[in-house]
Amino acid sequence: MSASTPNSPASSAAAHFAAAAVSAPANEVRLSVEQASYSYVPNPSQAPLFTLEATSFQARPGELVAILGPNASGKSTLLKLVSGALRPLSGRVLLNGFHTGNLDPRTRAQRIAVVQQESRLLFPSRVWEFVLQGRHAHGRSLRFESADDIIIARGALARVGAEHLLDRWMDQLSGGEKQRVILARALAQQPLLLLLDEPTLHLDVGAQMDFLEVLRRLAAQNHYTIVVVTHELNLAAEYADQVVLMQRGKVLRTGSAAVVMQREILEQVFQASLSVEIGASGRPRITVLSGTLGKQGTSR
Amino acid sequence: MKPLTLRSLLIRCGILAAVLFVSVFIALKLGAVPVSLYGLGRDLIRVAMGYSSDLSTDYRLIVFDIRMPRILLAIFVGASLSVAGTSFQALLRNPLADPYVLGVSSGSAVGAILALIAAQHMDLPPLAAGLLTPFGAFVGGMATIAAVYYLGRREGQIESGTLLLAGIICVSFLSGIITFLLNTLSLRDRGGMSFWLLGELGTPLPSSLRWVLVIGFFAAAAAIYTTASDLNLLLSGEQEAMHLGVDIDRVRLVVYIGASVLTGLAVSVSGAIGFVGLLVPHIMRSIFGPDHRILLPTAALGGAIVLVLADALARTVVAPTEIPVGAVTAIVGAPLFIYVLRRRAA
Repeated sequence: MSASTPNSPASSAAAHFAAAAVSAPANEVRLSVEQASYSYVPNPSQAPLFTLEATSFQARPGELVAILGPNASGKSTLLKLVSGALRPLSGRVLLNGFHTGNLDPRTRAQRIAVVQQESRLLFPSRVWEFVLQGRHAHGRSLRFESADDIIIARGALARVGAEHLLDRWMDQLSGGEKQRVILARALAQQPLLLLLDEPTLHLDVGAQMDFLEVLRRLAAQNHYTIVVVTHELNLAAEYADQVVLMQRGKVLRTGSAAVVMQREILEQVFQASLSVEIGASGRPRITVLSGTLGKQGTSR
Repeated sequence: MKPLTLRSLLIRCGILAAVLFVSVFIALKLGAVPVSLYGLGRDLIRVAMGYSSDLSTDYRLIVFDIRMPRILLAIFVGASLSVAGTSFQALLRNPLADPYVLGVSSGSAVGAILALIAAQHMDLPPLAAGLLTPFGAFVGGMATIAAVYYLGRREGQIESGTLLLAGIICVSFLSGIITFLLNTLSLRDRGGMSFWLLGELGTPLPSSLRWVLVIGFFAAAAAIYTTASDLNLLLSGEQEAMHLGVDIDRVRLVVYIGASVLTGLAVSVSGAIGFVGLLVPHIMRSIFGPDHRILLPTAALGGAIVLVLADALARTVVAPTEIPVGAVTAIVGAPLFIYVLRRRAA
């Protein structure tokens, strides 16, 4: 990015870029999930297909929350409630005091950015075009991108270490590169809250760690509140400030990784034989020893 | 990094408008009766300057009373079908979506035929009778896209293959209805079987319909254009678009109504011309990229160019007889459909 004078549009945009996330005091609660529940009911005459029981947790600016749990435990449903895509049947989800489910799509996109498991484009586009999509909620429907939008999009790419990909085609990127670009588009939305649904699903181990490092840095430096749904126990243990552990639509525990990630409870939730040690960083390290406990039981 | 600007948009549209002008010139020249380029140029200038009385009666009849209205009709029909196809492709996330393939054109044809039948039994003033056909076509088109959309969904998500199958089934079913209606009911009004099933531009347009066509086209195309940025985001899927700030329900409503109006208008005056809405958006996308802010206006101009030239071909290839322009677009469009289908499968 080119250098800019303090009063130039570039510098004002750059300042504005981080303003929303940084301005909040670090100790205030930004995201508050209060006894929020949800049921998937395809037909009113039938029993619900899935129920998420009353769930509560809170997150502050700069905090990285990992939602952990086996398949069908309600992680993605919880993320949809937080994002405002679903409205809770009871309880509430507040972002800086506003119900996320009541925000109109444009306002919601200015405050909450969601990175999904994968982004499949119908027609290929260039990286810069893709990242500029993040600016959509900040302008009128028919506008053309401003100089500020371009600076913000470039800044977002720089923050995730992907500025060199600017002119590449999206369908020619590696999995890790693509995930960074998708994250850059989310940052271009200038959100307060970043939600990620299994963002490391298709990445190799190195790319997974790189990606989580980027998230950790973004939370620490730019005070984004980040909520990640993941299956990766060790990544959650290493990078999360708070872990929300779920099973069959219920939150079993919330707290720091050291509090939540204990052998007995993880074995019960994931039905696998595990060992949990405390690593050099003071955080738990989980090793899967053998298959499911159920199978182990029958073989004994 | 070169984002789209208003200037670059206008330049590209200007180039296409120039190509359209040349196409119109060529189409005016071509036909069973030969017309020299020099004579055509001279007479166009005369008409533009208000000296049309200097032209011979036969000449004026052929070039300005027969060919010109037909060319203007091709411009509006081509532009309407292309804009409808472009917006359907984005909204349904399906590069093979097109008013004809989805059955919207056939639905509009059924609606238009039913409106013509109803008009015979009602004592309506000419303007209302004129409006009834495009309105019937619009209702038929809306009902069909609603049915195809419903049939093409699986577990709440649009499934590409199912959607196309639903469209194909609807086309077969509605073609049967059209054949039944035309065989069992004596329609003295315009149109034989090929008009409604394949589409042609040779039928004279009632004067009351001309303004309906012009106003309807600009209103519907402008409404769709307000969703251009939203359609760009919809290429990533409805969920992602929603998270990026798109009001999906509003966009869906505007595009379905707008595209059905465009298809209904086109079908009520030209029958079901196929593949223009498929062919043109792909050509324009390969030239100008997938941004709908430029794709929609260039597709409109491109559709007009393609249909003007296709109709010129339909008039001249076996002159003095004509083939329906829908046959020309089907011969060119069907192989392209297969090409796009195979490339997606690869």
